[in-house]
Amino acid sequence: MDKVIIAENLSLSYKEFETIISKASFSIDAGSFVFITGASGSGKSTLLKSLYGAIEPRGGQLVVGGVKMNKISTSKLNFLRRHIGIVFQDYKLIKEWTIEKNVMLPLIISGYTKEVSDPQIQKLLSHVKLTHQAGKYPPELSGGEQQRVAMARALAHNPILILADEPTGNLDEYSSEVIWNLLEGANTQLKTTIVVVTHRVPSSISVPYKHFHIEMGNIHEIA
Amino acid sequence: MKSLKNHISLIVALFTVLFAVQIYVAVDRTIDAYETRLKNDYSIIVVANKALTVDEFKAMDSIIDRSEPIATDQVLQRLKGEMAPKNLELLKLTLPKFYRIYLSRFPTPEEIAKLQKRLEKNSSIQRVEGYAQTHDTVYKLMLLFKDVVQIFSIAIAAVTSLLILKEMRLWQFQHAERMSIMALFGAPVWLRSAVLFRLAIVDAIIATILVCIAFFIFEENGWMDMLLRTVGITIDLFDFLHDGIRSLIIALSVSIILTLTIVIGNDEEE
Repeated sequence: MDKVIIAENLSLSYKEFETIISKASFSIDAGSFVFITGASGSGKSTLLKSLYGAIEPRGGQLVVGGVKMNKISTSKLNFLRRHIGIVFQDYKLIKEWTIEKNVMLPLIISGYTKEVSDPQIQKLLSHVKLTHQAGKYPPELSGGEQQRVAMARALAHNPILILADEPTGNLDEYSSEVIWNLLEGANTQLKTTIVVVTHRVPSSISVPYKHFHIEMGNIHEIA
Repeated sequence: MKSLKNHISLIVALFTVLFAVQIYVAVDRTIDAYETRLKNDYSIIVVANKALTVDEFKAMDSIIDRSEPIATDQVLQRLKGEMAPKNLELLKLTLPKFYRIYLSRFPTPEEIAKLQKRLEKNSSIQRVEGYAQTHDTVYKLMLLFKDVVQIFSIAIAAVTSLLILKEMRLWQFQHAERMSIMALFGAPVWLRSAVLFRLAIVDAIIATILVCIAFFIFEENGWMDMLLRTVGITIDLFDFLHDGIRSLIIALSVSIILTLTIVIGNDEEE
């Protein structure tokens, strides 16, 4: 099976002598569903950031989607990010843009015209049950709805990998359930690799998954 | 409403810069016109013991533009009744030649002194009157006016620079979030900053149009023109073609530099 993420002796830190992740080695198969858990401040979000190139590895090697993340060039990083979908706890929607345009963002970046991307956007908005909100702006929507928009945006360009950082951290039970269903759907129907950073694995999850836990800077897989 | 506020603050800053520049240009134009007027009015009186041509005068100093002989007939006519015709004839023969010398540009007091010395060196010239004192006072007043305008322009430039700097920081803050979200999805720098450049260009055009309108109102109103006419100056306060194009170039340059600073700043933050 192809590996989407390969980490070998990966060390991550913001400052030189404050290692957050120390010499971690792990790999993630294409099409798998992965949870990364750990206590607050354990470094799970830092690990996720390294997967989309927001921080560079301090040591070891990290390969995402076949692209080496060590000393990656801006153009290569942009290319990689055009094949990744990211979901954040705080949604990171563009407030001045309509819901429809927010979902369209990855397609705009990839150079698709509105005519070409429109059917895909309508399909996604219908999938996340937000067709009636298409013309509204993010602040007009509830937290759950905003996260559904972020999910639709993450799926818009058919990414090889979706990275989600505490996607349900700010949501109520019902909205959380909707988000987990959407992630499961992307994994089972589109075979998209999903990596979710969360405090604990939700009990409602019904797809087979891998579980990594971070403790004291070390990553280990939980069977 | 928020977006309109963003537009207005940059437009106001750009308008101030353009207005200050245009005021400086208009003042400079006024001083030039006044200099020309002074130059046309100003002349040196030369007394020579023989007739001199314009070329002979020009050969003495290149600043000399033309010479006009001062007619002595009127003086002689006045003396007709008081002197015997024979004496009058003698006086006519011995009377020196008077010339009024006009210069090609408005001279500095040093240039006048030099010119006076050079003319006096010529054996044909008996006396030169440069009216240096009157000239000096006018010239010094004009220099003082120029200096005041320059200081005023620098002060305006400093204030507007601060305004633009403040605006720059606001823009950076307002657009940083959107640009960083776009970067997370792999948008290249030009795409992330396209909106900023569009805003900057639109605002530059609007500010230029507003300056054109403001100066059009000044021209139409006529009070400024009337004020200048009282000191014998007629100038174009605003040349819509040249000044308009210059204003647009300045506005575009300032706003594009502002945008580039934000874009580069944002890129470094990442």
